Amino acid sequence: MITEIGSFSLVLALAMALAQTLLSGLGRLRRSALLAAAGQGAAIAAFVSVAAAFAALLHAFVTSDFSVANVAANSHTEKPLLYRVAGAWGSHEGSMLLWCLALTGYGAVMAMFGKGLRASLRASAVAVQGGLGAIFLAYTVFASNPLLRLLNPPVEGRSLNPLLQDPALAIHPPFLYGGYVGMSVVFSLAVAALIEGRVDAAWARWVRPWALTAWSLLTVGITLGAFWAYYELGWGGWWFWDPVENASFMPWLVATALLHSAIVTEKRGALAGWTVFLALTAFTFSMLGAFLVRSGVLTSVHAFAVDPTRGVLLLAILGLSAGVGFGLFAWRAPAIAPGGVFAPISRESALVLNNVLLSAATTTVVLGTLYPLIREAMDGRAISVGPPYFNLTFTPLMAALLILTPAGPLLAWKRGDATGVAQRLGLAAGLAVAAGLATLMLVSPRHAWGAAGVALGAWLIAGSAAELLERTRAFRAPTAEVWRRFSGLPRGAWGMTLAHAGLGVFVLGACFETTWKVEAAETLSVGRSLDVGAYHLTLERIDQVAGPNFDAERGTIRAVRQGELVCTARPERRVFHTGGQTTSEVAICQRGFSHLYVVLGERRDGAGAPVWLVRAYWNPWASLIFLGPLLMALGGAISLSDRRLRLGVARRKANAPTETQA
Amino acid sequence: MVLAALLCMGAAADPADRLRDPGQEARARAIFQEVRCLVCQNESIDDSEATLARDLRQIVREQVARGQSDDQIKRFLVDRYGEFVLLRPRLNLGNAVLWGAPLLVALFGLLLWFGRLRAVAENAPLSEAEAAALARLAESGPQAQAMPTHDP
Repeated sequence: MITEIGSFSLVLALAMALAQTLLSGLGRLRRSALLAAAGQGAAIAAFVSVAAAFAALLHAFVTSDFSVANVAANSHTEKPLLYRVAGAWGSHEGSMLLWCLALTGYGAVMAMFGKGLRASLRASAVAVQGGLGAIFLAYTVFASNPLLRLLNPPVEGRSLNPLLQDPALAIHPPFLYGGYVGMSVVFSLAVAALIEGRVDAAWARWVRPWALTAWSLLTVGITLGAFWAYYELGWGGWWFWDPVENASFMPWLVATALLHSAIVTEKRGALAGWTVFLALTAFTFSMLGAFLVRSGVLTSVHAFAVDPTRGVLLLAILGLSAGVGFGLFAWRAPAIAPGGVFAPISRESALVLNNVLLSAATTTVVLGTLYPLIREAMDGRAISVGPPYFNLTFTPLMAALLILTPAGPLLAWKRGDATGVAQRLGLAAGLAVAAGLATLMLVSPRHAWGAAGVALGAWLIAGSAAELLERTRAFRAPTAEVWRRFSGLPRGAWGMTLAHAGLGVFVLGACFETTWKVEAAETLSVGRSLDVGAYHLTLERIDQVAGPNFDAERGTIRAVRQGELVCTARPERRVFHTGGQTTSEVAICQRGFSHLYVVLGERRDGAGAPVWLVRAYWNPWASLIFLGPLLMALGGAISLSDRRLRLGVARRKANAPTETQA
Repeated sequence: MVLAALLCMGAAADPADRLRDPGQEARARAIFQEVRCLVCQNESIDDSEATLARDLRQIVREQVARGQSDDQIKRFLVDRYGEFVLLRPRLNLGNAVLWGAPLLVALFGLLLWFGRLRAVAENAPLSEAEAAALARLAESGPQAQAMPTHDP
């Protein structure tokens, strides 16, 4: 019964989303506040309906109702509660429903809290968001309904892939989708602004909090995914330039560019057209990601859309939405005024360079992901694009961007003072070079690139600190004055400083881990040992343990450093009851910011005693790889709490509105 | 992806297959990272436990031990399996867009930036003659003819 109510709610949501578009659209055309308000009501109703459908799906998963096809395919009674809940978004159909939930949720928030927005712009934006909602809900209802019943329900479900039964991955999709779909609001606002023919500072002020929300959630989502890959896949890597990862990275890069260009549009009225373009591109890449991951077009480079109906449908949705958005852009953009002028050395220029480099970096990720398809279409030749390509293209572009990063916030608008900035960053530059040289001499003289990476990370952190000192006039003004400035700093400034420093933390960790990780692997019988870095690991014993839905072999491995026991690692190798898949449960010993990472491999029965393949990695500073992006997301959240950006507080007062002549 | 992930468990480190000479082994490992495991989805033979990856590792190790250069080994693999086997696409006409486009985007962006700055240059401070003209106009009052504007 509950499932039927859910199905009904889903159809109702589709109707509500259509009503939202029609009512808001009419409200805009007739300039009727009543119709526009009805459209907002419909937006909220659409969200409530999708939420009801989603609750019904959750209920079916939690109660293991195998008469629902999706539950039978993705759940199992033995599964722990968390993974029964997470199973709701573990499949194609369920995750599309989560997508719709986020889409209508953002629409409802926009409808409820859009009071600071011009009435006409708001009505248009709510209408566009409703249109997006209607398209995706129609797809969910007609092509990917998670609430369909089975005629002959099985006694037991087929369970969720064991690799996905992991806390980090269970909460990874909600964050990721919050980010992906958050870009839809930015998209709707951009389309609305193009319809209205008015892109001004007030518009940019409205775009920023949404972009910031989506960007922060996406940052957390990607980090969780990388962390999952790091400890669940069991070979110590955290980023593989896999198409699925790239699919989430493209909208992130564009959103990062958007956050920066929107500042210029808000403060100086410049780059308005470009900001709109990025706003359209961010959600287009979100949809491209959804298409790439779901259609199966990249699981095998030789077959287009493994699930042809759905792949083609998603591609059609992508083409329609992006086509309308960019079509409008092509029509309206020439009329967008160029806005304020600026000098080659200015904050505007720094932000333009940021966008140029981020665009080029995004191009490498897009091409690196799609080029095998393009090349095959061109001349039928199959090629591969792997990590070496990205190391040669993406990395230098980003390095150039990161070198410029600390200078940006110190430059004045319109016309900056290069010498002054150089002086203010002198100490930071000295620290960075010292950090690089120290790494080169103390750690290893043969790895110049690793040392350069450490210098770059130090440069970003020290540069952020220098910016903070500059703003508060620390060491130059009286203490009371410094304190007054310090406590008066807007949260947006704190957020930016933290995000840039977090980037530095990430670079430190990534470069250090990649360059100086140590790997060791041996087949060990009980009592034998292997060395990794400064650690001596001994396989003490192997136990058989039973989990809720798996059996496992658990190794007990003592790690000794300089005669002193530092940790006892208990890695497992699990065999799942359903499907018989094996996964390895890695043991990680935290040593400061570094990880001692131990994996228990397969058992090999030979002539003598049984042996196990034990692999161990010393991953120096690995924690920083995940800590850095979390700091960046925290910076985003702190910025978001800034009064100036808070929802509904967006001031109407616009400095230098740049209207189009349309 | 999931299947690939299962097959890929840092397989190259298997002690049974390693070359004796650590220098040669390091070279072989570097090559592994640039060679695709053809039956996996998107993994190098350094990561994959698939049988084919094991065979490819065997081939590469043998050739390294025989003293073949990196290029010779890669050419051998391409002759046998096609360009698909290389994770670093070759620099040739077919891949021109792949390697060139990011650079072009960066250059195009810089060009647009310079274009924007030129507009700024046109808004540069007034020359002496212009300043003098402005002063004259200011003196002669608002009824004087409109001065030339410098709006972009």
